Amino acid sequence: MAVTVASGSKAPARPRRRPVISSGWAFVIPFLIFFAIAILAPVVYAIYLSLFRDQLVGGSSFVGLANYAQALTDPDFWFGVGRVFGFMIIQVPIMLVFSLIAALAIDSGRLRAPGFYRILLFLPYAVPGVVAVLIWGFIYGPRFGLVGSINSFLGAQIFTPLTPEWVLGSIANIAVWEFAGYNMVIFYAALRTVPNELYEAASLDGAGAFRTILSIKLPALRGALVITTIFSIIGSFQLFNEPNLLKPIAPNAITSTFTPNLYAYNLAFTGQQYNYSATIAIVMGLITAVIAYVVQLRGTRKELR
Amino acid sequence: MNAAPIERRRSRLAPRSSIALTIVMVVLVLYTLVPLAYLLINSTKSQDDFFTSFGLAFGSSFNLFQNIGEVFSYNDGIYSRWFLNTVLYVVVSAGGATILAALGGYGIAKFRFRGRSAVFAVVLGAVAIPGTALALPTFLLFSSIGLVNTPWAIIIPSLVSPFGLYLMWTYASEAVPSEILEAARIDGAGEFRTFFTVSIRLLAPGLVTVLLFSIVTTWNNYFLPLIMLSDPKWYPLTLGLAQWNAQSTGTNADPIQNLIITGSLLAIIPLVVVFLLLQRYWQSGLAAGSVKA
Repeated sequence: MAVTVASGSKAPARPRRRPVISSGWAFVIPFLIFFAIAILAPVVYAIYLSLFRDQLVGGSSFVGLANYAQALTDPDFWFGVGRVFGFMIIQVPIMLVFSLIAALAIDSGRLRAPGFYRILLFLPYAVPGVVAVLIWGFIYGPRFGLVGSINSFLGAQIFTPLTPEWVLGSIANIAVWEFAGYNMVIFYAALRTVPNELYEAASLDGAGAFRTILSIKLPALRGALVITTIFSIIGSFQLFNEPNLLKPIAPNAITSTFTPNLYAYNLAFTGQQYNYSATIAIVMGLITAVIAYVVQLRGTRKELR
Repeated sequence: MNAAPIERRRSRLAPRSSIALTIVMVVLVLYTLVPLAYLLINSTKSQDDFFTSFGLAFGSSFNLFQNIGEVFSYNDGIYSRWFLNTVLYVVVSAGGATILAALGGYGIAKFRFRGRSAVFAVVLGAVAIPGTALALPTFLLFSSIGLVNTPWAIIIPSLVSPFGLYLMWTYASEAVPSEILEAARIDGAGEFRTFFTVSIRLLAPGLVTVLLFSIVTTWNNYFLPLIMLSDPKWYPLTLGLAQWNAQSTGTNADPIQNLIITGSLLAIIPLVVVFLLLQRYWQSGLAAGSVKA
């Protein structure tokens, strides 16, 4: 690191007016205050809610873990979990491979104007998720959309992205479109940290492009892969915006229990079942956290220094 | 920092451009651009043309400016209100979130204090908490203290960015040498003065990155406003457009697809502009990050 100020820093340290110990807290406390209001308090409140139930007679009463027992045997909930799990298994690898190929290609030095590709592929990240779903919704539209135009040109209903069979794939496509460029930039940034000498050494050893990718680039991407995988998994399990916004044009394909989050939302806002809704949200949070933790453990040890 | 050789550093190793690679990239770029082209093309169509012409072809008339006029006049100009709401939420939330994350990340990176690792563990753990798991209890909590259906219901939760804090922590660990802080202490400068005069400059590229992410997050926010706001006059653009979309399908539909599409286009432009403006800082942030390794 090119720091020239360091020369005089070994002067004998006198006891300071402000001990360093408390200064650290002073920097962290503003964040922690809002963290407590916006995250800790709701979590505690959700746990509290999940232990009660509104009875027809006598109002709210403590029911222990009864809501959890109900959630564990609730087929609507588990169908939703299965659906987002299936979504994750398919969407996350496709998206990350897209991002990886793009990042490696842009970093390879074998493209003309790599910056141009980088900016264009990153563009969807600047598009609000709601707008992305609206655009794709119009494209998918069987009556007036692009897909509708193509079908009427072909003279048959070839593409039916909004039917129950295809709607999950159609949502996966939207998610790939929205986030592949973002993940590409994370990979690209990680590739940029590889010192040039490594590549020079590899080429002196006669390593080809694929050998370099396998032995130098992929190991350098390990941390970035773990981070992007974890965030993609969290995103999959939180799936809400896309199905909720496609619902008006695909009412038969997207039910009120389509994903666990949609289920929790509808329980609370159309069913007024706040206690059970909070329980579903907590169980989903736990499942997500466990999976993210497993990925983190398997993926890397280096990250924690 | 000698940043000059970074861009061209690999030209010697791979002198030729690859046709196969270019084809792959062109396909990926086309996939990325088709929806945006669709949006751009259809924003120039009248409502009639939208229904009768091919999705990626222009209509019989060029209606962009009429559409824009209609977007701003429809329903007593509610769109401009949504636009200003979004700007309000973004400026206050993203600005505040960046400052809080910078102070916190810097505090954790540069000071050894009791409870430091506990704070870090708790905050990092929060990254994995689904937003929807929080939104509902937050709604119930806020409704009991009368904050629901006010801008505060959007702003307060958006001020906290655990991921931003994580980014600032990594950035501060690397970009702010402890020797500089030590030197400032020996000169008798207070910690906050050192932060605002010295450290903040070293943190600038990281700050811009966090600001950019916070802006995008707040501008895109849909779930939180959906839950918190019932009065359309406090809606951000995302929620307003979603409402227009919902009301243009189904029975009693008010078909205003041309307004939804044009309104969507207008909602994208500020973010793309902010993005391109911040791009330079942000790329220098990436370059600085790669120099240190």
